[in-house]
Amino acid sequence: MTKPHSTTSPPSLQTITEDNSTLKLKIKGALNAYTTSKIWTDSLTAIKTAKPSQLVVDGSEIDYCDTAGIAFFTNLQIRQEQLGGNFKVEGLSDEINKLYKLFDAEQLKEPDVSDSIHTENKIEAAGRWGYEAWEEIQVNIIFTGRVTVALIKAILRPDKIRWKDVFITCEKFGANALFIIALVNFLVGLVIAFQSAVPMKQYGAQIFVADLLVIAYFKELGPLMTAFVVNGRSGSAFAAELGTMKVNEELDALDTMGLDPVPFLVVPKVIASLLMLPLLTVFGNLFGLLGGLVVMFSLGFTLETYLNQLTIAATYGMLISGLFKTLFFAVIIAGVGCLAGMRAAKGPSAVGDAATRAVVVGIVLMIVVDGIFGVIYYILGI
Amino acid sequence: MDKKIINVKEFTAAYGDNVIIDNISFDVIKGEKFVILGGSGCGKSTLLKHMIGLYRPAHGSILIEGDDIAKAYGQDRIEILKNIGVAYQLGALFGSMTVLENVMLPLEEYTDLKKDAIDLIARMKLSLVGLTGSEEKSPSELSGGMIKRAALARAMALDPDILFLDEPSAGLDPITSAELDQLINQLAKSLGVTFVIVTHELNSIYNIADRVIMLDKDTKGIIASGDPKYLRDNSDIPIVQKFFKRQTDEQLDS
Repeated sequence: MTKPHSTTSPPSLQTITEDNSTLKLKIKGALNAYTTSKIWTDSLTAIKTAKPSQLVVDGSEIDYCDTAGIAFFTNLQIRQEQLGGNFKVEGLSDEINKLYKLFDAEQLKEPDVSDSIHTENKIEAAGRWGYEAWEEIQVNIIFTGRVTVALIKAILRPDKIRWKDVFITCEKFGANALFIIALVNFLVGLVIAFQSAVPMKQYGAQIFVADLLVIAYFKELGPLMTAFVVNGRSGSAFAAELGTMKVNEELDALDTMGLDPVPFLVVPKVIASLLMLPLLTVFGNLFGLLGGLVVMFSLGFTLETYLNQLTIAATYGMLISGLFKTLFFAVIIAGVGCLAGMRAAKGPSAVGDAATRAVVVGIVLMIVVDGIFGVIYYILGI
Repeated sequence: MDKKIINVKEFTAAYGDNVIIDNISFDVIKGEKFVILGGSGCGKSTLLKHMIGLYRPAHGSILIEGDDIAKAYGQDRIEILKNIGVAYQLGALFGSMTVLENVMLPLEEYTDLKKDAIDLIARMKLSLVGLTGSEEKSPSELSGGMIKRAALARAMALDPDILFLDEPSAGLDPITSAELDQLINQLAKSLGVTFVIVTHELNSIYNIADRVIMLDKDTKGIIASGDPKYLRDNSDIPIVQKFFKRQTDEQLDS
């Protein structure tokens, strides 16, 4: 039996009602996945309208039939039996019959799943949500503890730190991010200065744009903007890296070698991030103020006046308080990224999910921490 | 009835200047179970990837049922690909879909059958490979042997003429591996499919192969071809002897 091309003309169907109770389907031609569709639908319609107690398929003029054709017969049989009638196929060639015998219609009936589906009620849903939230908190507390212990150990034994990894991460995390940090902060500085210059002008207070910018930048915008950009770049990269390692069973391999992934993989990243984020923030602050300078120039001020106004407005306290926060942001970026990666599930979307999670959780945590620092600094009067 | 279904002519495979296979020619006969074997790095998988049209030959041609897959584009290429099925070494099942959906995918894309018809055909393919009951599982819930069988079911979805299997028994235990061999033999017999199989599992080779070709890393060509048992007993080529003997020695020892 030669296989027909997928564009072969469809087989023909002839329905013969032999007496009131018997319907005969005479099929002629080639049956495969491409050609069966029409007669399949037609046959089912014919059965539905005739409701025969006996259905006979005459296959004596079928010249090709593969499993798609057999599926067609099987489907007819299942339908017919559901309607309480009898089913018979006759006239199949030996070859096709052998194929037909391979399948058991009984086994292929769609399983009845209605019993096994259990719908969750509201109390159960709340319980599950609470349980999962509690588990989530536990995982985070345990991980924070592990990272802290590993960091303290690393500081006590600096020779045990994998410095090569630290420097590679420093380059990727810090040096390679310079351009984007400069660009983003420059533009944010420019936009903030411009937007505030318009209302300030009404009161003739344009010079105080410099005050506003430097205070906002040193205290909040510089650290936050820089940390957000770095989180998007590196937090997701950490999650993807560790997520891929998890999927490839590399984390399991470390585990079975007796190596704890936290000091081995996480600590170098945390150290690199602690070293780099404050530096990037200083850099970001500088470019934010440069953005402000452009606006100040356009308002007719000189560089000297701008710098003068900046030094009057800014204090070391502001700069240091802003930079101090970045240490916490650094730990959040590296820690959340690595944890998301280490918790990656199986499957192709796991790494993507881990990266998304790292970025989202990282941003939320940083805002929360920033808020806490805002309150502390206010009470301390910084 | 010796109809050539695949015709490989003066075929050379190279990655850049690095020639992997140099000027080989062979035919695969319709309905046979054809095994490509050889040691690691001899280009078995490279040859397979050329045969299924993933790579273009550096020289020569590969004709599948008379059509040159490397020279076909667009719809022509799709028509050739519809007539072949490939089961990859690691299964390559789509992780975001259930096993059943994996098998349904080619049918949904290439036929105009109704959803429940496709569903039934896919269930039948899964029952052929003995996976009834695992339809709704995700690939990550399957064992290694089940993944291979599901991949085989997906490869058969459109009832292709030729099935290409890349190391079907790699990483399987001897029992599962033997079961898979049996399945391949059964499918070849009942569906009349031509199998092209890459493997170096000796037991599988004896169980399945009607004919083998053996590739060699050093000469970059076919070093032996024919019936595997005949080659084992009669070949006087040292590499071929080593390939077949070493393992039989081990089996004798154990």
